[in-house]
Amino acid sequence: MIANAVMIAFVAVAAAVLLDLYRITRGPELPDRILGLDTLAYNAIALLMLAGMHFDRDSYFAAALVIGMLGFVSTVALSSYLLRGEVIE
Amino acid sequence: MTGGALALEALISLLVLAGAFFTLAGSIGLARFPYFFLRLHGPTKATTLGVGSLLIASALHFSSHGEQIRFQEVLIMLFLFITAPVSAHLMAKAALHVRVASRPALPCKRLDGPGWTDGEDGAPLQT
Repeated sequence: MIANAVMIAFVAVAAAVLLDLYRITRGPELPDRILGLDTLAYNAIALLMLAGMHFDRDSYFAAALVIGMLGFVSTVALSSYLLRGEVIE
Repeated sequence: MTGGALALEALISLLVLAGAFFTLAGSIGLARFPYFFLRLHGPTKATTLGVGSLLIASALHFSSHGEQIRFQEVLIMLFLFITAPVSAHLMAKAALHVRVASRPALPCKRLDGPGWTDGEDGAPLQT
């Protein structure tokens, strides 16, 4: 039961990643691209959790934690670059 | 298989499916909404909920056939739930600062009748 649910979820999250890539490449303005990258980090965490349940390894959470922190820091850095013109003042 | 294990497995499957559905819904909103400030709604609410329920499903899965209770996924979920509004706020502030072109006009009262207009259909506007 869990294996089937995880396979369906893999397909759905992969479609979500494709939609994020569409918004990153199309996105008419710079904030759209930043939002696409932020969502891509979230979907990478979801894919890592699904991979951990699929392969039955319990060490994927460290990579998910690193990706979450890097996604937040990169979003803040890009937004503050758009706001102020420099990242570190 | 005992009834308790079956119920736990059904709960984990339900959480995985709900998480995948909300993640996909957030990304569809990101791709389909017309303006940036509408697009901000999808990833910051739906995707956060979807990834949170996927993390809870993973924690339950590894707690059910491990020897100890997992709390690392709950930690990641807490981090995401704290940082998602902060990053959304910063992105909205940056978008206001660069004055995103794809933004609708503010709604105004119609002069020729009752109701409101968005100023884009050629109706006379109240100045």
